[in-house]
Amino acid sequence: MLSIIWIAYRISFRFAARFRSSTVSVCALYDCVPHTRWQTADVDLSLTRHLKLAVGCFRAFGPSNPHGYHVMSQIIIEDLIKQFRVSERDAGMWGAIRGIVKRRYHTINALDGVSFSIEPGELVGYIGPNGAGKSTTVKVMSGILVPDAGRCEILGRVPWRNRTEHVGRIGVVFGQRTQLWWDLPVIESFDLLRDIYRIPRNEYARNRDEFIAVLNIEACLDVPVRQLSLGQRMRCDLAAALLHSPDILFLDEPTIGMDAVSKLAFREFIKQFNQKRGTTVILTTHDMDDIEVICDRVMIINDGKIVSDGTLDELRRRVTLERRLVVELVDNVSEHTIHPLANLASRDGKRIHIQFDPHQISAADLIAHVTSQNQVQDLFVENPPIEETIARIYEDQAT
Amino acid sequence: MLDSLFIYRRFLAVSLRAQMQYKASFLMQLGGRLIITAGEFMAILVLFDRFDSLIGWNVYQVAFIYGVVNISFAVADAMTTGFDLFGDMVKTGDFDRILIRPRSTALQLAGQELTLRRISRLTPGLVALTWAAMNLDLNWTFANASLLMVSVAGGASLFAGLIVLQATLAFWTTETLEMMNTLTYGGVETTQYPINIYRPWFRNFFTFGIPLATVSYFPALAIMGTPDPLGTPLWFQYTAPAIGIAFLIGSLQVWRIGVRHYLSTGS
Amino acid sequence: MISYWAIVSARFRSLLQYRSAALAGLVTQIVWGMIRVMIFQAFYSSTNAEQPMDGSDVETYIWLGQAFLAALPWNIDTDLRSLIRSGGIGYELIRPVDLYSYWLSRALSWRTAPMLMRAIPLLIFAFVVMGMSPPVSWAAAAAFFVSMCAAILLSSAITTFLNVTMLWTITGDGVTQMTFGLVLIFSGMLVPLPLYPDWSQPIINAMPFRGLVDTPYRLYLGHIPVSEFAGVLTHQLVWILAFIVAGRIAMARALRRVVVQGG
Repeated sequence: MLSIIWIAYRISFRFAARFRSSTVSVCALYDCVPHTRWQTADVDLSLTRHLKLAVGCFRAFGPSNPHGYHVMSQIIIEDLIKQFRVSERDAGMWGAIRGIVKRRYHTINALDGVSFSIEPGELVGYIGPNGAGKSTTVKVMSGILVPDAGRCEILGRVPWRNRTEHVGRIGVVFGQRTQLWWDLPVIESFDLLRDIYRIPRNEYARNRDEFIAVLNIEACLDVPVRQLSLGQRMRCDLAAALLHSPDILFLDEPTIGMDAVSKLAFREFIKQFNQKRGTTVILTTHDMDDIEVICDRVMIINDGKIVSDGTLDELRRRVTLERRLVVELVDNVSEHTIHPLANLASRDGKRIHIQFDPHQISAADLIAHVTSQNQVQDLFVENPPIEETIARIYEDQAT
Repeated sequence: MLDSLFIYRRFLAVSLRAQMQYKASFLMQLGGRLIITAGEFMAILVLFDRFDSLIGWNVYQVAFIYGVVNISFAVADAMTTGFDLFGDMVKTGDFDRILIRPRSTALQLAGQELTLRRISRLTPGLVALTWAAMNLDLNWTFANASLLMVSVAGGASLFAGLIVLQATLAFWTTETLEMMNTLTYGGVETTQYPINIYRPWFRNFFTFGIPLATVSYFPALAIMGTPDPLGTPLWFQYTAPAIGIAFLIGSLQVWRIGVRHYLSTGS
Repeated sequence: MISYWAIVSARFRSLLQYRSAALAGLVTQIVWGMIRVMIFQAFYSSTNAEQPMDGSDVETYIWLGQAFLAALPWNIDTDLRSLIRSGGIGYELIRPVDLYSYWLSRALSWRTAPMLMRAIPLLIFAFVVMGMSPPVSWAAAAAFFVSMCAAILLSSAITTFLNVTMLWTITGDGVTQMTFGLVLIFSGMLVPLPLYPDWSQPIINAMPFRGLVDTPYRLYLGHIPVSEFAGVLTHQLVWILAFIVAGRIAMARALRRVVVQGG
């Protein structure tokens, strides 16, 4: 009986991983079982784990479920507020002396009522200018900072109340500093993490071997961390953060300073790992390519407030409907005609960029018009660069 | 508990391996420390060479107390390196890395590093203690031998507690905490001589304020069979080391308050 | 010289930033001095025999030692260390100044600034509260001043030599600690040098380290009469010169190595 439920549960989850947006009830079920880890199909689960899963199923669908069919997210953040006091110091010798006697402070609203919720398996990009409150939010969610007010529940727990239990279920990668032991060979750091996180031997061996193969870090294993290149180090750091099969992975500017090849491999791994294990990923970054490639959903924070939350397409649509048609003419002629409802954005030799609003004129009509009027060699439609979109949102906030 | 001991051992093994990567530097530092600590012991010998006695104490009795205190401090100092470097960890934000691991922060910091070169203080301590024991004609009963062990353990706990308290202050201030060294290093300096040679207010501070004398001087008297010039009863001399362990437990509670403060300021 | 004052002033400013560090250092040194004074008082009260130095002279010697502790060559220049670690030392060679002189200036400021910050309040405290005695005569005071300047220069020359060794050892910790161990024992910081056994006096007096502590302090106490001033100052100057020459030679070699390696 139990195993039937388990199989149904697992199948529905795999289904969920593929069609994430449409399987709310499965997500809700998942959240009723906060202590289980997501495993791939070949894991042998212990009896107690089966029991927990079964209880979870009954709690989700049985008549005694106090929440009914209410959806509970994996991460719930409501009205989070956090202020910091920063001391000011005057310049010069005199200022330093005066600082000894008296210090002035001013208050910064790092988080000013932040709310959002995240479902299991989501890939969320979290962006904003420096000092906007990104890392403050991530610190709150990873349990190393207590907010002044507001609600934060992750996997059914308040992170800072049960720090050790909470951090045992999350993985964190800081791009700026390594989690590994600087003077030790990478593999020894992994072994030590196994003991710190109390990872069962077989699970550890499976994860380690998988990550070594997929992240291509075989050659780094016996090298002390301080001798690794940044790209190698980040790949090892990523593996280290996932050894204990966390439910949620926080990536804080992971691709900063990375070479192009490492970046591509890194993004590819994150995407695939999310699809395979259903791990929730929250990524803060300044690299918009990271967001475009990895994330389904983008949240933008500015001055401690969430100013935008939605898919990348929604984000674009919110800011501007503008799209661009790029046309490459056969000849370098000075005369060309474009539609009266569209504008010339720029011209670069034979290539012209045309701005248009798809509500006023459809792309098909514009293309038909342009090709009928000019001798066209090649053409394509593109979105305005994401950086421009984001910059426009920041500007809107500022004014 | 067992699990914590296991992980602590793992941490230490890793730390030792890492230190062995810089062998030349390690040996030089060990040599340097040995010169400094041996110099301190030599200073005692030099002074006894000039003055013959220290208000009734002979050189062996002082060497015995010196040995107990320095062994205790060497053990504590080596085991709490992580706490010693803690101020920098808060400044650089490296403490966050400790916080995102599912283990107690005190355990992780204690295991952060076992600095072998700090054990160098152990050498003159052991030499002094052995030399003193051979010349003092001691009565090695089971009670005395275990009292020596407990005394060293109590002393190490007390010093460790002090270092933990010192580290805890870093949660509230970014200033250097040199002042606290008066209690640790100053405590070693003070209590490696018999406590009765100092002025009463000072002696009372290191007996009742920071009870360093209770883990070295009093038990050492009991082991040497010397009546206390200050007149403490024998039962007190036997039980005094327990105060060191109580002090460490108290310090760890204060440490917890510090961690909670850090979580709410994030500074 | 201008660059020297710029460095000293910058160092002062960075030291002043730490509100309580200066106070803390002061308190530490005072407590330390008191412990040592009490230990020596206990020893002196246990004997009636004639000693090579008066009990009250030892107390003044200890307070002077606490006041000028920061002037001892006890650490290396951490900025230079990070420069060497990061390989940025190559850029230092581009500067249009003599590198050794520049490093020596740095060491001088590194030794003077923290020392001055502590010495003045500590000496005031020792005079007012602890009853420390003033120099025996104006001549002794002048001799002490000159000899103390020489001591700081000697300390800086040793520090620079230690800094140069970092070009080989990278961390420099080991060499520094070994040197500092010798300094503690043979300068008079641990035990005033006259109290060492009589047979060891000629050896200790020939070593460079007495010039850091013992020479100026005993001039202050009149324990070395002003008539012997020229002799002890020459001893200091000879060792200063020796450390400067050794430092220059070592630096030239190390830099040749750096240039050959292209690092």
